[in-house]
Amino acid sequence: MTRGFLPLLALVVTAGVAALAWETEGFRVVTSAGARQLDIERRPRPLPDVRLFDQDGHAFSLGDYKGRPVLVDFIYTRCPTICSALGDDFHRVMDLASGSGSGPQIDLLSISFDPVNDDREALKLYGDRYGATAPHWRIAAPADASGLAALLQSFGVVVIPDGMGGFIHNSAVYLVDAHGRLARLLDPDAPPQLLAQQAVKASVP
Amino acid sequence: MNNNGRLLLIAGAWLILWLRPLRIALEGDMAVHMTVQVPLLIGLGLLLAVSIRGQEPHWLAEADWLGIPGIILVIFGTSFWMLPRALDSAVADPWFDAIKFLSLPLLVGLPLGLSWRRMPPLGRAFIWANFIPKLGAIGGLYLAAPTRLCAYYRLDQQATAGWTLIVIAVALGTLWFIAAFVGWPPQHAAARPPSRDTGSKPGPPLLALPPPYASSR
Repeated sequence: MTRGFLPLLALVVTAGVAALAWETEGFRVVTSAGARQLDIERRPRPLPDVRLFDQDGHAFSLGDYKGRPVLVDFIYTRCPTICSALGDDFHRVMDLASGSGSGPQIDLLSISFDPVNDDREALKLYGDRYGATAPHWRIAAPADASGLAALLQSFGVVVIPDGMGGFIHNSAVYLVDAHGRLARLLDPDAPPQLLAQQAVKASVP
Repeated sequence: MNNNGRLLLIAGAWLILWLRPLRIALEGDMAVHMTVQVPLLIGLGLLLAVSIRGQEPHWLAEADWLGIPGIILVIFGTSFWMLPRALDSAVADPWFDAIKFLSLPLLVGLPLGLSWRRMPPLGRAFIWANFIPKLGAIGGLYLAAPTRLCAYYRLDQQATAGWTLIVIAVALGTLWFIAAFVGWPPQHAAARPPSRDTGSKPGPPLLALPPPYASSR
């Protein structure tokens, strides 16, 4: 063994373990999706008060939901796959929430990230397809590009082109709590009963 | 080419890789990002090591006993940039990408180039024998994963990256197998005089790998 070997080795190992621990949040996540999930569960995120318009052309803002939880998903109305499945699921959540009678009402909000194609007409058609009626289930789009960017940024939504004219995005159902904070990421493949249950649970302070 | 010219060339290549259009083009595809851009950046560090060989501080050459601290730094550095989250962050955030552009040449390529010559042959063989199957295993994981591991890459890009890693692993594995058993270039062993008693060609002695694996110490 030579002089300086052990200190150098200790330095390299310490720095290496620290870097890996930092990037994996203490060896718990390896993907950015996992990191987002963990971060939101640890610290519910405040959301920007973005202006949107819904399928009926009514303007509203994210802050209007304060005091009641809302389940949010991100869509584009031409989406053939995940959004359709999510639309069906949201429909069932809506039925469950309105049918329960007692307990807090859950609102649903589907936000389009495709301002080029999703005008009010398109939102209306999408809403009709899944039986969405405002204000309990709004199909909405941000009023301007900066609002859209702020929303995607704060929810951690990454949209990339799918190479066939459509989009791919990291899908999740987002639970915004009664304080207007992004509190949970829910599995979009979970059964609607579970989504409704989790939303109700989170709405009780 | 003199040393300054070589350093200039490395810096120039590094800057060209950093140019935004090229960066976006290389990082736009997962397979290209992992198997072209990352190895190029490591390669620049290797070239840097060749250029400054013999000029490294004496205490560093002494402390890097048998190349152990250096190769461990390389293992940590490559492990870090194999994390899907790290790839995502590099695409999303230019500052994070700058960390990649600095760490791959300086903390992976450079120590690899400097420490490799200090490592014993069996140590080098250990690194190869670990690295090659790991590459193939990661490729297999990418193929098997039902969901996207990176938010910035499509599932089909992930599968292409998986196949690319497997092909590289098989190619490197084949080359290294030949080098370990027959010698590299393969004529090396054939050039030996045949043994008199059996007429068969003797292989290289156990554990004494032929160049470039033979220790230069």
